[in-house]
Amino acid sequence: MRGIRKEFPGVVANDDVDFDLRRGEVHALLGENGAGKSTLMNILYGLYKPDAGEILLHGKPVSFGSARDAIQTGIGMVHQHFMLIPVMTVAENIVLGIEPRDVIFLDEDEAQARVRKLSEQFGLVVDPSALVSTITVGQEQRVEILKALYRGAEILILDEPTAVLTPQEAAELFGIIRSLTAEGHSIIFISHKLNEVLEIADRITVLRRGRKIETVPREGATEASLARAMVGREVLLRVEKPPGHAGDVLLSVRDLEVVDERGLPKVRGVSFDVRAGEIVGIAGVDGNGQTELVEAITGLGSMSGGTITVAGRTMHAGSPRAMLDAGVGHIPEDRQRRGLVLEFTIAENIALHDYAEPPDAKWGWIFPKRMVQRAARLIKEFDVRGGGPQTPAGGLSGGNQQKVVVAREVARDPKVLVAAQPTRGLDVGAIEFLHRRLVTERDEGRAILLVSLELEEILSLSDRILVIYEGEIAGEHAGEVSEQEIGLEMLGAGKRTEVA
Amino acid sequence: MSSDERQAPVPEQDEPGTTVAASIAMKHRAGGVIVPITTALLAFLIGGLVVLATGHNPLLAYRDIFNGAGLNWIFHPTTNIANTAAYNLSQTLLQTTTLILCGLAVAFAFRCGMFNIGGQGQYFIGLYVANWLGHSFAGMAPLPHILIAVTGATLAGAAWAGIAGVMKATTGAHEVISTIMLNWIAIWVGEWLFGDGGPLQNSANKTVPISNDIADSAKLPVFWGEKELQGLHVGFFVALAALVVFSLLINRTTLGYEVRAVGFNPDAAAYGGISVRMNLARAMAISGAFAGLAGALDMLGYLYHYGQSDIPVSSVGFLGIAVALLGRNTAVGVLFASFLFGALLFGTTHGLTSNVIAPDLAGNLTYIIQGLVVLFVGADLLVLSIWNARKKLRPPHRPAAKHAEAAA
Repeated sequence: MRGIRKEFPGVVANDDVDFDLRRGEVHALLGENGAGKSTLMNILYGLYKPDAGEILLHGKPVSFGSARDAIQTGIGMVHQHFMLIPVMTVAENIVLGIEPRDVIFLDEDEAQARVRKLSEQFGLVVDPSALVSTITVGQEQRVEILKALYRGAEILILDEPTAVLTPQEAAELFGIIRSLTAEGHSIIFISHKLNEVLEIADRITVLRRGRKIETVPREGATEASLARAMVGREVLLRVEKPPGHAGDVLLSVRDLEVVDERGLPKVRGVSFDVRAGEIVGIAGVDGNGQTELVEAITGLGSMSGGTITVAGRTMHAGSPRAMLDAGVGHIPEDRQRRGLVLEFTIAENIALHDYAEPPDAKWGWIFPKRMVQRAARLIKEFDVRGGGPQTPAGGLSGGNQQKVVVAREVARDPKVLVAAQPTRGLDVGAIEFLHRRLVTERDEGRAILLVSLELEEILSLSDRILVIYEGEIAGEHAGEVSEQEIGLEMLGAGKRTEVA
Repeated sequence: MSSDERQAPVPEQDEPGTTVAASIAMKHRAGGVIVPITTALLAFLIGGLVVLATGHNPLLAYRDIFNGAGLNWIFHPTTNIANTAAYNLSQTLLQTTTLILCGLAVAFAFRCGMFNIGGQGQYFIGLYVANWLGHSFAGMAPLPHILIAVTGATLAGAAWAGIAGVMKATTGAHEVISTIMLNWIAIWVGEWLFGDGGPLQNSANKTVPISNDIADSAKLPVFWGEKELQGLHVGFFVALAALVVFSLLINRTTLGYEVRAVGFNPDAAAYGGISVRMNLARAMAISGAFAGLAGALDMLGYLYHYGQSDIPVSSVGFLGIAVALLGRNTAVGVLFASFLFGALLFGTTHGLTSNVIAPDLAGNLTYIIQGLVVLFVGADLLVLSIWNARKKLRPPHRPAAKHAEAAA
């Protein structure tokens, strides 16, 4: 790809970007959110037409009108969110659209045979006859890769492929990538995780604000150098965290049970404490009860058994209001759905908990000016950029939205702060800010419960780590612990049976 | 940013503003005042084409409707009600009074994310109760009598809508369905009340399915025109005051804050510590109060009695939907939209003296324009959602949150 330029109203998404891919290599595309990675790949995959520049394939210029054209020339893409049909089998999903037919009906045996052959060729182990709804996320990803290979892809674009995987699954994926490149396939690996890129890529291209900053071979590249190229300044990758001074127990969860709407247990007898001045991290694969645990502690969800004690107040059932009054602050995992009313102004969003109390309101009457004043102060303190108190929250970038949420929660001076995936979807700069802030809040004497799917985040921030697996605490670690050890517990392998 | 923006199965949470209220707010920001004006003009244009298709001159027809609504009064302002233009205008304002309140009834629920189709039923309940209370207590002093009748009818409207609100809050029953059902119940309750042997049937003639007239003490003072000639009553100012109350309630009270938060994003509202269920029930009841008040003012202001045959003819509650949609669920918008529809309602019927356009056609023109407004506002949302889908196909032209969200 040479001199690629793509403009959208008001923004240059790609500006004179060169990108080349050699046969059999893994070329990583690295950049912050909005750096232009996806635009570039969408151009390659035929979804956008470039305004300038050309794409050469095997030395010949090509022009794609649609993804179909790109697929036909041997380019395949595995999206971050998989597009599989859950009620169909693995084989049916893979052959979908170009099925082997037995007169008019799908020849299921033939389809399965072809898929089996393909999966053996590349060491991608899947069961062709399994229903997609029954397989794991890691396996779904393999199905997606097989789907692309089945369509004859020589070049595979993987968009943030490890975002949904456990460390073990990620390691397996890297194995697959290596076997694919050994067979002569070329991989474009989109990521913002520096360590992964350094592990798997042969060459690394960094984009920043639509421009190519550099293409470097893996040899010689370091996390620090890549981060600097991505952000444009020095970034503190490791959180500077002095040892904490744990104080009184502020949050105490005992034998907590939560069932979902269908009556299935989601949290099964979980007990733990979080002390003042301590960050306790909850590690686990998505969907193992973290959401339900957080919702119980914040009063958003119901609990079917056990107690939650916040700063001495024991509750058997909470409402959001009761938990707020007890001193629980909450950075929700989905800031757009939960944490903010996007149509509200920043000032109104900052007032979301206290809109009915002085100084925001008295006798049911709201004083918008006071809300604005408070918001202006917090916007300054938390360095929210992209708008003032009267800007709708929906107009801010993700990082700034999250700052608004954090500002609101911290400004209430909570005793317990529950941070659920606080850096999800944020770029390096915003993550750095958030991590520092969490440590600051810890040192202010708050009890912080950090729930994250990013194991690295848990490891770097937590004073103590709990591993949750299928709604139970499967492990607890206070000192140094390896990623592998926790990864095993996350999969239920290291389950501490009968010990606790 | 990440590639998933362009895929079809984008997870729900990536789409801000999934409620009706949220979409309307988005539209509001996008189009400002231009869109509703365009909507109205377009509706008039197409209405004009219908007139043209019937072989009449649409410009002359609209001129006659304009005069029929008394809008030519501005060229010769006079308070002399014997003047046709002045009389027509007073009647237009009478309709406007009702429509303001019926519009607010729809608008308030909208702001809480609900679609109150039950304005008509709530209006009827207000009428019935006002008739009952206005006929009872004969001989009472006017002020307390009026206050009792107005308060009773308003509360009855609130209670009627509150049924739908409570059902929504407790069982999740959709308010569109339940308010439509309640409309029918209100209609048949009226048939029974005023019908032969019904509790509100007039005491003089037991074969006529009409109510008693309310007592003189319950009749609202008329400030423009004569009571006997359906003059403009002080309820007009009550309706204007209701607009102010609506605006203050929504924008300047904690109640309004809760209503808006729930309307935009119930999940975030709950997270903020707001009881979503309580707000749904309460907002519906407040909606019904506006419609009930409309019924009370009509009964005490100029109808004085009501009969079985009046029930199927009334459609002000439904016109309130068009008023709220065209008025963007704001007080100012509702004021202008009510005046527009009030003028159409009277200008195409009783006020019309025209040899250009047949009265049947003129009367139907109101409903054509009403229908087109609802259609266009609906289509507007459709256009907007297509627009949004299109935006999703493009990468961010600002570092918007939803794009950032995707790259996790």
